[in-house]
Amino acid sequence: MMALIDLANPTRFLTLAARLLPWLATATLIAFVVGVVMAFNAPDDYQQGATVKIMFLHVPAAWLSMFCWAIMSAAALGTLVWRHPLADVAAKAAAPIGAALTLLCLVTGSLWGRPMWGTYWQWGDARLTSVFILFLLYLGVIALYQTAEDPNRGARGAAILILVGAINLPIIKFSVDWWATLHQPASVIRLGGSAIHPTILYPLLVMALAFFLLFITLHLAAMRNEILRRRVRSMRIMQAQRA
Amino acid sequence: MNLGPHAAFIVAAYSAAIVILTTLIGWIALDYRTQHRILADLDKRGVNGRARKKP
Repeated sequence: MMALIDLANPTRFLTLAARLLPWLATATLIAFVVGVVMAFNAPDDYQQGATVKIMFLHVPAAWLSMFCWAIMSAAALGTLVWRHPLADVAAKAAAPIGAALTLLCLVTGSLWGRPMWGTYWQWGDARLTSVFILFLLYLGVIALYQTAEDPNRGARGAAILILVGAINLPIIKFSVDWWATLHQPASVIRLGGSAIHPTILYPLLVMALAFFLLFITLHLAAMRNEILRRRVRSMRIMQAQRA
Repeated sequence: MNLGPHAAFIVAAYSAAIVILTTLIGWIALDYRTQHRILADLDKRGVNGRARKKP
């Protein structure tokens, strides 16, 4: 069995990614098909009506947008403490995926908010604003990686920004408890158990699994791309030195 | 299927999900093809990160 330390070797990581990606992609597709079928067969909510179907996208996107930043924070520690290049590869590869999931969370939340709250957006709402800040932080990390002339300095700068941005995660989670918000408090992950009926909770959990598998698949694929990009860069430097 | 009076918002949300996620998947797949092609091209031109064996 491949030891965990072996995965830190980029070549072995590429081999493992090539083996895992077809299986992960298939599992993701199956989970999405099952999840969407369950979502569209779920009963309407007694208050929200059919708009509860937007929650099957919004809630998993919200969870994964935060999970992605948590993964990036762990990778940032790996960059700053152990200076392992694969840690930086993981953080850089995750940032666009996290940005896309946060954008999806914001868009679906707005589309749910208009019929339910009477507005697409409310700047004074702590949950909405803190998630928007998360989106801006993702864009900031992407911009930092894209504009850094020295990749090592770029990696350290991005790692610091990621760790500073991690402060936003508990703010997002507890914003609905700390401040009076338009956004409703937690109803799935909370003390005392879920407040959602199983007919809506199960499709939601299957969709969350589908989003999680999608994230793992895309992150692995994006990390593979980043390793290849770094090989291209070092080969070009080698080519320039020979010329 | 009856999506009620707010059907347009539900359809818009699922359409946004398809657009955002398809763009993300397409971009990652395209990036892989691009990097793979550049690496193959560099390898063909004799630029290789590994030490070559003498014939």
